[in-house]
Amino acid sequence: MAYPYRDDRETTTLLSRYMGEPEARTLDGWLERGGYEALGMALEMKPDEITEIVKESGLRGRGGAGFPTGMKWGFMPKENGREHYLCCNADESEPGAFKDREIMRWTPHLMIEGCLIAARAIRAEHVYIYIRGEFFPVVRVLNQAVVEAYEAGYIGRSVLGSGWSCDITVHLGAGAYIAGEETGLMSWLMGGRAEPWMKPPFPAARGIFGAPTTVNNVETLASVPGIVANGSAWYRQWGSDKSSGTKLWCCSGHLVKPGNYELELGVPLSEIIYDVCGGAPDGRRVRAVIPGGSSTALLTADELDCETTYEGMQAAGSALGTASPIVMDESTCLLSAMRRIAQFYAHESCGQCVQCREGTEWIAKILRRIEDGDGAMKDIDTLYDLCEQLTGRTICVLADSVVFPLRSSLDKFRDEYESHIQQDACTAT
Amino acid sequence: MYRNVKTAELVSLKIDGTEISVPPDTSVIEAAEAVGVLVPRYCYHPGIPTRPAQCRVCLVEIEGQPKLQPSCKMSVQEGMVVHTASEEARSARRSVIELLLVNHPLDCPICDAAGQCMLQDYAFETHQLASRLNEEKLVMGRDRIADDILYFADRCIICTRCVRFMREVAEDDALIVAQRGYRAYIDTFPGRVLDNPFRGNIVDVCPVGALVHEDFLFKARFWDLDQTASVCPGCSTGCNVTIDTKENQIVRLKPRHNSEVNSYWMCDHGRKHLIMSNRGLRPEAPLLRRNGKLVPTGWGDALTWVAERLREVPSGMAIVSPHAANESLFYFRRLLDRIGIAGGTFRVERGEEAILSGFPKLQLRADRAPNASGAELHGFERFDGSARSDPEGDAVAVLEDPLAELPEEWGRQASFFLYVGNRLSSAARNAHAILPVTTFAEMEGTFTNFEGRVQRFHQALQPAGLARPAWLVLARLVSLLEDDGDGGAAAPTLASEAFQVMVGDTPAMAGLEWASVGLKGARLGSTEAAVLQAQAPVEGA
Repeated sequence: MAYPYRDDRETTTLLSRYMGEPEARTLDGWLERGGYEALGMALEMKPDEITEIVKESGLRGRGGAGFPTGMKWGFMPKENGREHYLCCNADESEPGAFKDREIMRWTPHLMIEGCLIAARAIRAEHVYIYIRGEFFPVVRVLNQAVVEAYEAGYIGRSVLGSGWSCDITVHLGAGAYIAGEETGLMSWLMGGRAEPWMKPPFPAARGIFGAPTTVNNVETLASVPGIVANGSAWYRQWGSDKSSGTKLWCCSGHLVKPGNYELELGVPLSEIIYDVCGGAPDGRRVRAVIPGGSSTALLTADELDCETTYEGMQAAGSALGTASPIVMDESTCLLSAMRRIAQFYAHESCGQCVQCREGTEWIAKILRRIEDGDGAMKDIDTLYDLCEQLTGRTICVLADSVVFPLRSSLDKFRDEYESHIQQDACTAT
Repeated sequence: MYRNVKTAELVSLKIDGTEISVPPDTSVIEAAEAVGVLVPRYCYHPGIPTRPAQCRVCLVEIEGQPKLQPSCKMSVQEGMVVHTASEEARSARRSVIELLLVNHPLDCPICDAAGQCMLQDYAFETHQLASRLNEEKLVMGRDRIADDILYFADRCIICTRCVRFMREVAEDDALIVAQRGYRAYIDTFPGRVLDNPFRGNIVDVCPVGALVHEDFLFKARFWDLDQTASVCPGCSTGCNVTIDTKENQIVRLKPRHNSEVNSYWMCDHGRKHLIMSNRGLRPEAPLLRRNGKLVPTGWGDALTWVAERLREVPSGMAIVSPHAANESLFYFRRLLDRIGIAGGTFRVERGEEAILSGFPKLQLRADRAPNASGAELHGFERFDGSARSDPEGDAVAVLEDPLAELPEEWGRQASFFLYVGNRLSSAARNAHAILPVTTFAEMEGTFTNFEGRVQRFHQALQPAGLARPAWLVLARLVSLLEDDGDGGAAAPTLASEAFQVMVGDTPAMAGLEWASVGLKGARLGSTEAAVLQAQAPVEGA
């Protein structure tokens, strides 16, 4: 039986194909399934050839921002004067996302292979896998896989006799959302607080230990072996011109069948929510969806026909983000949901920038007060104004992350706020 | 800042409509200062190397950039056009202040920083006189972060200047930011104690009232303080300082920037040392020994009487203090020459050394006096013995040394004992004449620091009673002694005059000018400075 809720429909499964098969975790099981073939091919290529294939494939970063992966690798300096580093971002701290955890839990070697190919492409000889500390069982699986791969010579001195060496270090986090931000992650890796820094310097110029560094998401790296093995045209058969390939969708909330689904990019969001996940349970209606993890603008039930590509979601006024729709049906108080989201961001702000440190907390307090029935209509203006103040003025985008859902909820569900303020009553059923 | 930069290497930009050319590595905030625009700042401090750009109060508009940019972090570029006060920049600044005040206790009426608080200043500047806050404020309380420093977490704006000063300038990682987000506060690292000898600077760099010296706590309002440019007398480094006084008492010392001496910093020994000088018994009128008793007298009588007695002195010894000003030492030397006493010694209190790693020029030096170099320059010698011998039947003249460590009967047998000083120890009370002089804080003058840098200090306090600067008293005495019926040479009445007379008569000081010594000091001719350094004692000798 396949991994949870696999749909019978014709879906493409590059990443989730072996999820649910415990044998795929072991090196032997992985080799039986064609593992490390792509690495062998990559070792035959020049680093720039790998980068070129990935560039042509149109693969975009799966961590949320959707930056073209090949282009990111291309920023790394070509000369070998200084050591280079690859960081695999396995923090997966975005509320709603649980795809990286599954990749590492079921197919750790897929990710390791991806890390090695990427390291080869950017001329790195050391990979740091920064993994969220709470993922304890996953860490155990991953560590086991790393040990096996070391023993079999896939990692370490002269990988598969190619003369190119690469080490992998698994580094556990201590629980901070902001350690998932690339500069925050690097600060943490260097032993500091997980505090993002102002770019420039960009990681490709000056990352960890002052050396050129690339930070990639787990899912991005896990997509790489398939692309290298089968070519960029193969990968481009899925998705759109600007958003190629497949994507894991972490569907949660009020759904009949929540879970991870791997789908071609571009499937309408409504199809994912209603057809794949079965819509809201008990015949209730969907009220709102936050499509890309908690930091994206929410969509109403009427707006779900959008195409799930990076550009399509943007056109719909939201973002693909980590492709983690949180579905809220009509029993949900959106004010409450927004308050909880604001609280999360207030709790997770690293505290450097004033707007973020004080603003997120103030927003949470205002929402709490409205929820408690002490709101006033001018609070809505204050919230709008705070949205304005928190946008684009901070080092990283954590402050913006609370603004997207909040502003969209104010725009689209103003009645909810007004009802709480004027009647101390919720519009949820 | 612009020294040694060729014009061709300069970058031209426009800030608020003013063209300026600056070296290429200048940040926008520094360039703005150069055209007279003070962009608000919290986390940026010119003496702290890192610029995290985290307070976001220095955001400015730069044409061609999609977003506002922190001016502390942005380097100037050719042709850059900066607007520090555009609509958007002002709105961003206003919002930062509003947000900083969200959890701020607004306890200005009892805050030591009130009046010199950058949060207060910018709140007024951005006209934030009413708050939109309708929620309860977060209360975090306060903590003792060091022996002598209190931390008011509620007032803290987490600019991290203190943490970065300790880490990057003092190179001591005792301070950290604990927790994160709105719960963040400054603390010592678990198990560590903040006992660095330069820790006091964290209070100075704090832009608000979060870090407060306990010595100063609730002592004075900033606007009641008088501030005087001076030099720290705590050791031979001669850090440039500002003496803050209230009602003729020194309440605190703050470092005054001098890139050649102490940058923006000073040590804690210096801060504490001078406050102690408020204490102690001071002679307030000339005292003359008549019929075995010390009798207060006016200056005219006292000087005439002393001059008469000095004419009869056959031989004797001299003791000076390395705390005396150059001018006082100079006139004391003249007096000794006149009455025929050669040599003379001074004693320097010695203590442990400490170095500020991030600015190694600044050290708490072993010589705990400001002017040992000046005393050497005027021909006095270091006395390293444990106790001075009694002058017995000889004459003795003392300048400003408190004679504190000497036995009670010291000097009682002397044929003539002149004490020119500002402390009344039991040995000093054996003098035939006590001429009360001011401390350095009560007069104008100069000190010569360990490397031969002559630095001026200004008068911060009113003198105690009839006390007068030693150089003034001594110059009058010299002039009386020289009086062969024609009234003698005119004695100087201004410190600047005394200084010029000294310079004219001291080859090592040739070329110095009162005006050019100014507030930053001037080095003696390099050869002389080298001689002085060669004479500096070796530790443990």
